[in-house]
Amino acid sequence: MTDLLARAVDATRDFDSTRALDGVSLDVPAGQIVGLLGPNGAGKTTLLSLLLGLRRPTSGRVELFGGDPRDPASRRSLGSTPQETGLPATLRVGEVVDFVSRHYADPMSLGELLDGFGLDGLQRRQTGSLSGGQKRRLAVALAFVGRPRLVILDEPTTGLDVDARRSLWDGVRAFGETGGTVLLTSHYLEEVEALADRVVVIDDGRVVTDDTLDAVRASVDLRRVSLRSPAAPDLPGVVRHSSEHGVHHLYTPDADALVRDLVVSGLEFSGLEVRGASLEEAFLALTGDRAQTAREKAAAR
Amino acid sequence: MNLALTHTRFLFLETVRVPIAVIGTMMFPALSLLFFVIPQGAVADNPVFATAATAQLSLFAVISVCLFTFGVGVSEDRSTPWDPYVRTLPAGVAPRMVGRMLNGTLFSLLGVLPVVLLAALLTAATVSVTDLLVGVLALVAAGLPFLGIGLAMGYSLPVKASVPVAQVVLFPMAFGGGLFLPPQVFPDWLNSISVLLPSRAGRDLVVGVVTGTDVPARAVVVLLIWAVATALLAAWAYRRDEGRRFH
Repeated sequence: MTDLLARAVDATRDFDSTRALDGVSLDVPAGQIVGLLGPNGAGKTTLLSLLLGLRRPTSGRVELFGGDPRDPASRRSLGSTPQETGLPATLRVGEVVDFVSRHYADPMSLGELLDGFGLDGLQRRQTGSLSGGQKRRLAVALAFVGRPRLVILDEPTTGLDVDARRSLWDGVRAFGETGGTVLLTSHYLEEVEALADRVVVIDDGRVVTDDTLDAVRASVDLRRVSLRSPAAPDLPGVVRHSSEHGVHHLYTPDADALVRDLVVSGLEFSGLEVRGASLEEAFLALTGDRAQTAREKAAAR
Repeated sequence: MNLALTHTRFLFLETVRVPIAVIGTMMFPALSLLFFVIPQGAVADNPVFATAATAQLSLFAVISVCLFTFGVGVSEDRSTPWDPYVRTLPAGVAPRMVGRMLNGTLFSLLGVLPVVLLAALLTAATVSVTDLLVGVLALVAAGLPFLGIGLAMGYSLPVKASVPVAQVVLFPMAFGGGLFLPPQVFPDWLNSISVLLPSRAGRDLVVGVVTGTDVPARAVVVLLIWAVATALLAAWAYRRDEGRRFH
C-alpha cells in the first residue's frame, strides 16, 4: 500500500450558510508533487486549512500522516508557509528562523537555509525591511526548516519576479527529487505545469478533475488556432474564442477541420498559427463549461 | 518547556521592538498617581490612604495590561497571516499560552513599577518588604479574571471591536471597583453593585494585603467565582476560534 501523507475523505466545510467545500476526497501519496488548481473562492485555501489543522471539517475526515492534523504530533514532518508576506515586521530574519526551527527535532542550520534560498547575509535584518521578493523567499524557506516530508505551499510565488520564481521552482523540484512530497496551489498555471506530477482541479467546493498532468491535458485536448483578421471568424467546432490586438484565438478539438473551414469561408486572414492549448487554456475550458452550465440552469429556472 | 520559553522570548521581542507600547503601559497609571493622588495632601500624606491609592492604581495597571495585551493583542495577532502559520507548527496551545502569560505578567509588573516608585518617593505610602511581595502575588491573583476576559475577547473579536470593548470594560470596572475613588465614598447603591465586581474584589484583596487590614471573605469568594467563570469563557473562545472567518 502506498504511504498516504495527507488525505481528505468526503470532507465538507461550511462557513455559516456558505458551503466552501462539498464532499472533497483527496489522497496525497509520498513522493508526489500535487498541484491544486481552481478559481478564487473555489475552496483551495479551505481545503489546505483543514489539512494544516487550522480548521475542522463540518463533516467527513482529514488525515495528516495518518493522524488528526489538529494534533501537534501529526504536524512534526509538515512544512508550511505564512500566507502573503505575513512575517512579524520587527523581528530579525535570524530570530524568525530560530523561532520556527526550535519546533523541530532536526532542523536545518540558519546558514544552510539562508544560503539555499538566496538570503545569505540577511540574518540581522528586520523582516519588515526586506524586499517583497526576499520576504516571499523567507516565508517559503520556513516551510523547509524542519526537514519536512510533506510541504504545503499556498501560492508560493505570488509577487515574485520571473527569476525568483524559477529559482524557487528549482528548489521545489530538487525537494521532489529527494523524495519530498508537495501539495501546492497556484494562480500561475504555468507553475503547476512546471512542477506537478498530478493536477487536482477544484471548483465550487468540489473536485472537478484529479489526474496526471498529461491526462488532464488530454482530457481537454484542445488546439489553439490563432490568426489575424479584421472580423471575428464565425466557424463551427470552436469551444472558446478570445481575441487581443486584432489576433483571434480559437480553441477547438479538431484544428484540421477548422483550418479547412476557415479557408473555404473566404475570410481574409494572416499569421495563421496552430499549437496545443496550454493547461491554463484547458483549465478555463473546464471551469468555463461548468460556469456556463450553471448559468443555463439558473436561466431555466 | 523549552518551547514555552521560545514563544515567550519571541513575543517579548515583538513587544519591546515597539517601545511606545511599553512606555504607554508604564505611563498612564504613574501619571494618574502624579496628577490625582500626589497633589491631594489628605491622601498623599496619610500612610494608609496613600498605600491604598497606590495599590488601587497598581491594580489598574495590571487590569489594563490584561485587557490590552491579551484582548487587543490576541485580536491583532489573529488578524495577521503569521498567527495561522504558527498554529501549523508542531506545538500545542500550551507554549504560546504560557508565553503570553509570562509576557503579560512581566509587562504588568513593568506598569506597576513606576507607580510604586513614585508612591515611595513622593507620598507617605509605606509597606514592609514581605507585604510588598505578597502584594505583588495578590496583584497577579486579582488580575486573573481580567486575563480571562482579555483572552476571551481576543479570541472572539476582531481588532476593530476589541479596542472599544477593552475601553468599555476597563473604565467602568476600574471606577466601579474603587480604583480611582476609594469605595468608602460610594453611595450605598453603588457599593452594593461594586462588591460584586472582580475589580472591587481584587482591590479589596490587594489593599488588604499591603495595608495590613483584613481582607473580607466576600472578596475572595467573588474573585474566585469570576476567575473560574472567565477562565471557562476564555477556554471556550479559544476552542471555537479558527482564525479569521473568511477565506
